[in-house]
Amino acid sequence: MRASIRKISKFEPLTFIFSLLLLVLFLFISITLSNMIIRQIFDDFEGLVKAVENRAVISSIFLSLYAGFLATLVALILGVPAGYILARFDFPGKSLVESIIDVPVVVPHTVAGIAILTVFGSKGLIGGPLEAYIQFRDALPGIVVAMLFVSLPYLANSAREGFKSVDPRLENAARSLGAPLWKAFLFVTLPLSARHILIGAIMTWARAISEFGAVVLIAYYPMIGPTLIYDRFLSYGMSASRPIAVLLILVMLSIFIVVRVLSAGWSIYDRD
Amino acid sequence: MIEIESLSRKWKNFTLEKLSLKIEIGEYFVILGPTGAGKTLLLELIAGFHSPDTGKILIGGKDVTHLPPEKHDLVFVYQDYSLFPHMSVEKNIEFGMHMKKIKSKEKLFEIARDLKITHLLDRYPLKLSGGEQQRVALARALVTDPEVLLLDEPLSALDPRTQETARELLSTIHKNKERLTVLHITHDQTEARIMADRIAIIMDGKLMQVGTPEEIFEKPVDSQVASFVGFENMLSGRVISADRGLLRIETSEMIIEASGDIEVGSQVHALLRPENIVLSKTSTDSSVRNSLQGRVTEVWTLGALVRVKVDCGILLNALITRQSAEEMNILPGISVYAQFKVSSVHVLR
Repeated sequence: MRASIRKISKFEPLTFIFSLLLLVLFLFISITLSNMIIRQIFDDFEGLVKAVENRAVISSIFLSLYAGFLATLVALILGVPAGYILARFDFPGKSLVESIIDVPVVVPHTVAGIAILTVFGSKGLIGGPLEAYIQFRDALPGIVVAMLFVSLPYLANSAREGFKSVDPRLENAARSLGAPLWKAFLFVTLPLSARHILIGAIMTWARAISEFGAVVLIAYYPMIGPTLIYDRFLSYGMSASRPIAVLLILVMLSIFIVVRVLSAGWSIYDRD
Repeated sequence: MIEIESLSRKWKNFTLEKLSLKIEIGEYFVILGPTGAGKTLLLELIAGFHSPDTGKILIGGKDVTHLPPEKHDLVFVYQDYSLFPHMSVEKNIEFGMHMKKIKSKEKLFEIARDLKITHLLDRYPLKLSGGEQQRVALARALVTDPEVLLLDEPLSALDPRTQETARELLSTIHKNKERLTVLHITHDQTEARIMADRIAIIMDGKLMQVGTPEEIFEKPVDSQVASFVGFENMLSGRVISADRGLLRIETSEMIIEASGDIEVGSQVHALLRPENIVLSKTSTDSSVRNSLQGRVTEVWTLGALVRVKVDCGILLNALITRQSAEEMNILPGISVYAQFKVSSVHVLR
């Protein structure tokens, strides 16, 4: 891949037009977000301060981050081993399994919410038998399950790509030097795919935090950030909900920037 | 000692068939075959990376057929050396030591000194040249004191000059470790000839011949092996007389003489290396009993040697020096005598 990236040196109409379109894409995203943030800061800084001081706002944002973190943790435990199997072995029905793992990405979020409610609700396939021990409806476990469902594909897929990028011969070499498979995995394959998995985890976490539709159906309360924003918007309108939105995006952006900076030193050892 | 007993394995649309082979302790054994013959598959089966469909593999008398690779008491060195890119050279060498619970920094430094990589210990594999990577891979393998070293095309990723040094290095390693069995696979005949105590020829998943380099290169057992090891010219015919080791063989175009002991009337192949054919403008040289008149059809210059195709009724390939080609003014269309000694014809039934 690296060899295909070159500096733009000569004028080519196609490169020029594509670059313009890239600029449009970039502006669309950055203007939409920065305009909201800037307007909030300059037009209604007081509202932002009030939002920071409001316990309900802070606890909903914290709940978003925390539930997203738990969902990512579960996704790591499930997605990394799954990714390894998918990367290393061929088995009948493998492409079916891979397509099904991708389905949550394309399912409308409210549909995912209904499906989760059906399974994890108090009369559901899993929620029913577990009702005496664990409550999903309007509780943290429900939020985590909804977040997990919509974000798991990101982790499973990037773990799979990460493991695929590690030459199986490196594993063979490790094994012929005396390492059982689990040591070869732990000391060779896993470190070499760590960056892929980290990026997958960040994507999973971001996706989990941004989920609204699926979460709101199984757990309106306790309110996560996006639910609170929606709730305030319906009850009091734009001026009440925008400060929370700005706060949420600022917190998320700063966390992503920190993680990216910290992981920038990690190298990628792709096969060519 | 490695004993392989009627090993079979299907792999995609390729089959390794009922292969049996015995490799002695301390032997430098080369498996030679064309690309795609199943050499790497065989080596990976011995290493335990795949399981055979049928058959047995014994290493040092122990049946390892269904044991995982880490229990095979051997080290596999891949063609691209498979160094761990996220570990320094030192950590790479220590990897096998940790796995085999060898705790001796002394040993690490000793092997690094032997393989002249002490100055590289802090470097990372991706920053090393091919020759350096190979020495690190060998150090990583040898530091664990394996009984068997499996080498998958160890020289083919190196440039010609480094190849020579690497060849010497491998020979030295083998000489210094009396009980170390080396199993080396290659498609390069010269490499096999120089390095091997014994050679096995594998073609298309089948074991064709096992023997010393001399046996393989001078007395191939069938025409397929013969053509692979460089007997490019094959004449088929019938023995019409046999007298005290001298055969006369009649082909559809000519009669040639060869040494051998085969009864009259047998159908045979007479095989001849291109470098054993001498081209001459006259047929006077009496020490050579085979002298066939023909016409040069093609001439290619390959550096110091010239390859010439001569039509003597059938096409013969000859390899002569550039100097003699120039002296005789060999050009397409001229008439020459292709001459070869009785003893350089290898006769196969």
